[in-house]
Parts: sequence; C-alpha cells; structure tokens
Amino acid sequence: MSVLSLNNLYAGYGQTEVLHDVSIFVNPNEIVAIIGPNGAGKSTAMKSVLGLLTINSGNVELNGKDITNTPAAEVVRLGISYVPQTQNVFVNLSVQENLEMGAWTRPLGIRERLAEMFELFPDLGEKRNQAAGSLSGGQRQMVAMAKALMVDAKILLLDEPTAGLSPKYRGEIFTTIQKIKSTGVPILIVEQNAKQALGVADRGYVLVDGANRYTGKGKELLEDREIARMFLGGGH
Amino acid sequence: MWESFGFEFVNFYFIPGLVLGCIYALGAIGITLTFGILRFANFAHGELMMMGAYLTWTIMAIATAVLGIAVHPLLAAIPASIVVIYLFFWTDKFFYKPFRKADTIKVVMASFGMMLILRSAVQVIWGPNQLTFVPGIAKPNPSLLGWSSDIGAMLLIPNKHLFIFAGTILFVVVLSYILNRTRIGKAMRAVSDSPDLAHVTGIDVDQVIRATWIVGGVCAIAAGVFLAMDIQMLETTMGFRMLLPMFAAAILGGIGKPYGAVVGGLVIGLSEELSAYPWIGDAPLLSPGYKTGVAFAIMVVMLIVRPQGLFKGRSF
Repeated sequence: MSVLSLNNLYAGYGQTEVLHDVSIFVNPNEIVAIIGPNGAGKSTAMKSVLGLLTINSGNVELNGKDITNTPAAEVVRLGISYVPQTQNVFVNLSVQENLEMGAWTRPLGIRERLAEMFELFPDLGEKRNQAAGSLSGGQRQMVAMAKALMVDAKILLLDEPTAGLSPKYRGEIFTTIQKIKSTGVPILIVEQNAKQALGVADRGYVLVDGANRYTGKGKELLEDREIARMFLGGGH
Repeated sequence: MWESFGFEFVNFYFIPGLVLGCIYALGAIGITLTFGILRFANFAHGELMMMGAYLTWTIMAIATAVLGIAVHPLLAAIPASIVVIYLFFWTDKFFYKPFRKADTIKVVMASFGMMLILRSAVQVIWGPNQLTFVPGIAKPNPSLLGWSSDIGAMLLIPNKHLFIFAGTILFVVVLSYILNRTRIGKAMRAVSDSPDLAHVTGIDVDQVIRATWIVGGVCAIAAGVFLAMDIQMLETTMGFRMLLPMFAAAILGGIGKPYGAVVGGLVIGLSEELSAYPWIGDAPLLSPGYKTGVAFAIMVVMLIVRPQGLFKGRSF
C-alpha cells in the first residue's frame, strides 16, 4: 500500500483550477520526484496534501486513510512533514529552537531527537545556538529538513530544496536526501534540477499544465529522449 | 554640582522620565507583540490598560467597603487581570478572529471600533468624571532620602515610583524568560517570524495567539495600574493619551521586538520629560505642553530614517 497517494485530484486556488486529474503515489522507502516546467502545478500538487488549497474533486490518502482538506497543523500531526521552498526556517530563532518548533506536535523525547538530527546533520550541531537567519542558504535548507524530521515523519515533502543553491550544496542536499531515505522515511520531492532529482529518485512524475504527462522509474525518465529534450535541457 | 544641577534634574525630570518610560515600555510590549504575531496595530490597547486600572480600583474599593482592608493596587491588579484577559479573549473571538485572513486595515479599523466601545462602556459603568485612585500626597521614601543625604545628594523618590521600577524590571525579566526559555514563548517568536511556516510546522497558532493576549494583556494592565498609581487618579481617556507614545516606543524599538519596545519606551519617556528641562537659560527647552509632540517627532523621524527601528524589527 502507498504511504501517500493523490488520486485524480482537481484542485486550485479559489476559482482558479491548477491541477486537472493529477494522480501521484509514494510507496514505503521510495524517493519520488515531481518534475516539469514552471507553472506546471508541481508545488500546487504538494500543497494540496497540506490542505492549503481548494480541492474540487479527487482525494488525498495517507496510509489508506482519507485526509483530503485536513488543515495543515493536523496533517503535520498525522506524520506528513513539509519543507516549503522559501522561508522554510524561522530566521530569528536559533538552529536548535527551529528544531524544537519542528517537534511541536511531538514534544516528548526532544532531547534524543535533537541528538539524532545533529548526528544526521553534523554541521548544524556546531551552530545550534546561532540564529538560523545567519546561516548560508545550504545550511538553512539543512535546518529546514532537520526541523521537518523532528516528528515521527511518515513521509517528507520537499518543495524545491535546491532552488538558488550553489552546485556544491545541491550535491550535498541530494546526498542528505538519500541518507534520510536510508533511515526509512519516504520522500516526495518537487525539483527544478530535474536531472539530479531523477538521479536519486526511484520513480518520477512529469507534470505539464497541471496534468500527469509521463511517469516511470527515475532512470527510465532520465534516459527518455523526448523528456530529455523537453524538460532536462540540452541534447542527450 | 548636585545643588545647582543634580537635585532638580534628577528628582523632577530624570526620575519622572524613567517612571513614564516604564509605563510606556510595558504598554509597548503588548503593542509590539500584537503587531508581530497578529499582524495589526491594536488601537484598543490603551483602552485595555485603562480598563485594567478601573477594575483594579473597583476591586480595591470593594475590599475596603466589604472587608474593611486597604489592598495594594498591585495585589488588586491580579483579579483585574483575569477579567481583562477574558475580555481580550472575547474581543479576539468576536472582533478580530473573523478578520484574521482579511486585509490588515480592516482589523485595525475593528480595533479602532473596539477602542470606542470599551471607552464608552467604562464611561457608562464608572461615569465620565475623574476618580481618585489613591488619595493623599506621596511622600519620598525616607530611607532612600536619608541614605542619599548622607552622600550629599537628596533623592525624593516616593514608594509608588520604587514599585513601578521594581515591577517593570520584574515584568521584563519574566517576559524574557517566557520568550526564550518556554515552549510557548519560542512558538510566539516563531509565529512572529513567519505565521505561514508556523502553520505548516504544525504549531497551534490559536494557542500562540491566546498566549500573546495574555502576555500583552498582563503587561498592559500593569502599565495601566502603574499609570494610575503615578497620577493617583483615573480618567477614561488615560489609555488613549498613552497610545501615541506607546506606538512611538514600539516603532522606535522595532516592530515585533519586545526588548526594543522596552528600550523604546524608556527613550520616549525620558525624552518627553527631559525636553522640558531648562537646558539653555532658565526657561524650559520646550513647553511641557509639547511633550506628546516629542514622542510624535521621534516616531516620524524614525519612520523616515530607519523604519525597521533600532533593533531591526519589521518595516512596513
């Protein structure tokens, strides 16, 4: 059974419908990437899980349980951790305080959790008392991911985690994503850097104009000539 | 030196400036927290201060009439706080919550309406005339006077001012503990930082809002009671008169920055009083009638030169 599934979703912001019949699912222990051109509805698909927009028809299920239109705070409590693309850390709070806030819905055992996170993200341990706003973009992204993992996440949603980062940090983020997967947390990731994303993903979805266009194994999509020409940039 | 300059300056300008500064500071804490967390300028904040003072007075009067004992205002302020906090919750639920997702200006206007409603309610219940809060003349604290005379100075500080200083320090220490050490305080800072992120982090924003009303409310009531202790009377316009300087203090310190509000409050309070000191010649530098103008001038200059305030708050 899928951990998370979006079934035939028609959704958007108020009157504006962005997604037309989008279906995406994530199985246990999988990294799934959503790629596609700008404005294809990638982030919208992710936000529909969080109850942040209007779902006209279709549903969202977590471990087979319908969670369509559940408010964000409740979705988080159910075990879906979401890292927004921008403004994903509390800049005036220290690194450690950011992680503590991440554990809001699961306040017990924070100490142990913090220790685990500082092990998974060694750089953050040294900067635990520094304001998150004083960190570099890449480090902030690490804080945002660690913050999201402070709860017993059943799945981690990452919205363009490498946007605006230098190639060095991009690589580091993708390595971290694989590390997170190895701890048993499945990941759904929306990415502009489609090549790298499909490189680490088990499966991928290509969304175009708010609808499913292609789907397949990460490697297959990466090697598909048409997809390469249209979305991955440059001739393959 | 002390004879010619110090006596007058310290006792009649500096100490009153600090007292006023403490009152502004406590009031500005609530304004800056509401602005940071609920994202609107609460015009009714001064009225809640005033109501706190009126309720405190009422509790003192009841205690005297029924039990025949004189209760210290700070003690009577505790039950008064509970009433005012419920009033805060009530206004939030019926007035501000429906506007939570609306334009800020609508909430600001709602708070303006709330201000008029609260003041009128107080006028209906307690009457529009001044009431005596604490009768009599406040004498300088004798031991402080004795001690300062021994070292060649002469401090004329009444007990009520010592209470105000000590109370303000206590409130600021407790506030800093709450904001930096407790879970709810950190969440208040988080919501102030980014409400959207707080929402998708799973933070119970409604709980944070209630906490904000409590913290801001308790500080406002303390400010109202301190003001009433200082001027020894109650007026229905006392809160409104504090509103501009308190906003000036919040802006000076940086919107959303509680410590900034404290510093801002002290600076505004001192500036207002010291502007009337005869710095040049024998006449006051500025006529005391312009005191409020000083706060206004500081606010305007700050908004032009450094809108984010001294401590890098939110600019708007």
